[in-house]
Amino acid sequence: MSDKQVLVPVLTANWGQDQSWKLAQYERTGGYRALKTALKRTPEDVLTEVKDSQLRGRGGAGFPTGTKWSFVPKDLNPKYLVVNGDESEPGTCKDMPLLMASPHTLVEGVIISSYAIGVAKAFSYIRGEALHPIRRVRAAVEEAYQAGYLGKNILGSGYDLDIVVHAGAGAYICGEETALLNSLEGRRGQPRLRPPFPAVAGLYALPTVINNVESIATVPAIITRGKDWFLSLGTEKSKGVTIYSLSGHVKRPGQYEAPLSVTFRELFDLAGGIRDGHHLKFFTAGGSSTGILTEEAIDVTMDYESLLKVGSQLGTKAMQIFDETTSVVRTCLRWVEFYKHESCGKCTPCREGTWWLVQLLKRFEAGQAQEGDLEKLLSVADEINGVSFCPLAAGAVTCVTTAVKHFRSEFEAGYNTPAWELLPYERSTAWATPAVEGAAK
Amino acid sequence: MSGHEFEYDFAGTGTMDLDDRSTNIDQATIAEMNELIARYPDKRSALGPILHLVQSVDGRVSAPGVEIAAALLDIPPAQVQGFATFYTMYHKKPAGKHHIGVCTTALCAVLGGDALLDCVEKKLGIHADETTPDGEFSLERIECNAACDFAPVVMANWEFMDNMTPEKAEQLIDDLRAGKPVQATRGATLTGWRDSERVLAGFSDGRADEGPSAGEPSLRGVQLAAEKGWTADSVTGAAPAPPDAPAAPPAEPKTEPKAATAKAEPKAEPKPKAKADAKAPAAKAAKGDKK
Repeated sequence: MSDKQVLVPVLTANWGQDQSWKLAQYERTGGYRALKTALKRTPEDVLTEVKDSQLRGRGGAGFPTGTKWSFVPKDLNPKYLVVNGDESEPGTCKDMPLLMASPHTLVEGVIISSYAIGVAKAFSYIRGEALHPIRRVRAAVEEAYQAGYLGKNILGSGYDLDIVVHAGAGAYICGEETALLNSLEGRRGQPRLRPPFPAVAGLYALPTVINNVESIATVPAIITRGKDWFLSLGTEKSKGVTIYSLSGHVKRPGQYEAPLSVTFRELFDLAGGIRDGHHLKFFTAGGSSTGILTEEAIDVTMDYESLLKVGSQLGTKAMQIFDETTSVVRTCLRWVEFYKHESCGKCTPCREGTWWLVQLLKRFEAGQAQEGDLEKLLSVADEINGVSFCPLAAGAVTCVTTAVKHFRSEFEAGYNTPAWELLPYERSTAWATPAVEGAAK
Repeated sequence: MSGHEFEYDFAGTGTMDLDDRSTNIDQATIAEMNELIARYPDKRSALGPILHLVQSVDGRVSAPGVEIAAALLDIPPAQVQGFATFYTMYHKKPAGKHHIGVCTTALCAVLGGDALLDCVEKKLGIHADETTPDGEFSLERIECNAACDFAPVVMANWEFMDNMTPEKAEQLIDDLRAGKPVQATRGATLTGWRDSERVLAGFSDGRADEGPSAGEPSLRGVQLAAEKGWTADSVTGAAPAPPDAPAAPPAEPKTEPKAATAKAEPKAEPKPKAKADAKAPAAKAAKGDKK
């Protein structure tokens, strides 16, 4: 009845339009209007607008975007803008559809942001395993050059900018900003020690701003609609709208764009709740690195602060949702295997510790855990937490500690019973139905 | 089935076969490598793209490819190898004409990725990180590929094959083997892994316009908003807090005051200049999506 407005399509608004990725279509719906507005203002003015909008990074850490920009020394040149499109945190699937459906939103965002920071060369680093998004972004950059939005003297403003689209080659760790810079420099993607921070010594040791795809793509909307509009949405400290990704055992998995004041329950309900005949067991709030939550947290507001209070994080706003057929031990093992596989190997605690966690978790999964294994699991997790260059190992640790916290008995069952006997795996599949349990093979 | 019989210790990576000196790299390839180098302020940045190009020409990161890249970039071949062995997309052994990746990270695994991998391994008669003897297919067990709302996901030549089932996976392999055209669910028609590698290196294949704008899950929120008349403009108009606030659903007792503060902000007046064309998105379902 009095339908409270839950969703606010901004970045996603044009995704369903015919040929939404083409310049002509993008311009038809107001595209590149923000750029024209921005170029009439001074770079400082544009930077201030973004800073005052309180836009925070959408890639996980939530650092204020405009503040990040302001750290770059004005008189040190050249400087660079690097877009982080290495989307690979388990559960995260918002940037790839954006790049595919509306690559010009990113391109326009890059141009405005570069203008504000004083950058003449920007890089868009996109994970290599996403061929079509890369095609679309490249084509959009080409179109933008032809239309005079890129290159020399953009729209007669005297401002020059080039964009290079760079494909990655398969490494989760390159989503970490300093690892990404190493990768872009033609080196192994291993995080750097900070300080110096990229704002001072980033790409080629020059001042560099690195922002997530969604953060940059939000900039045109802020310029067009103004910071006050952005500030009117969200919570006290988490402003604006963002894309939430729901996946797993919900009826309607997908992308839902909403203000940061939305609750998990509201999004969960829009996604139709859990598939028929089942109920919610656990979920992640912001990707696997943020650990798991259970039904008791269902009313949490999906903003940066509220999630911290319940022991999670907003992260990449990637909600992976699992029903009661799912083995927590198995899921936890698979996440930790992911971190083991993706550990860059630079820091010993992460490289060795994730390996040890996997060995222990495999025993739990197989019902062959030995006396003291649960304590050992938690002890290893504790030892490797927070002692590495980057938070990769911490992601694995969070998976383990939150899984044990909420489902200790399932781990204890691993002393005797294999997880696949406790909770037969075929019942969790997308093609399993309550009526024909175990039918899928 | 435990769903977890396979080992995971970087079988596909490790050292390269330096004895295999075969290569198709010629002067034209080297000219293209130089073209890639010219795109960057520092030429070493082109290493990643150059190795993608080497793969598109040689079907793997070949020993001659490593040496040529090293010479062009003025770095030791060992550093090129160090780079190539770090990233999972670089093949040290020849990949198949079609490269299949099955996601078995947690969510896809749970939703059926393990069963899919079993199915594809049986169908192809190889394990992950192997190539069929006829060179048609190589198989990889991949990590999360950023398509979780389409789980379980299979990648074919790094194109999305969304919402897979064992039946669809078998069909995919049969069709590719028979040379039938297969359209990615969100992408172009599959031609071959080497063609994909060439695009990744940085050369356009002119096929960006193939495929839909988005898949169905990507559009769920937009469609729902369109049905309800929720737009970026209507939300600003909705402030301040609705009059029936006390009767509002008891959803978020703790955070309610906060939300109310945000909404009550005086600045939240509708901005007349906010563009009106963000209204009602054409919420049409993407074509070519799953039936």
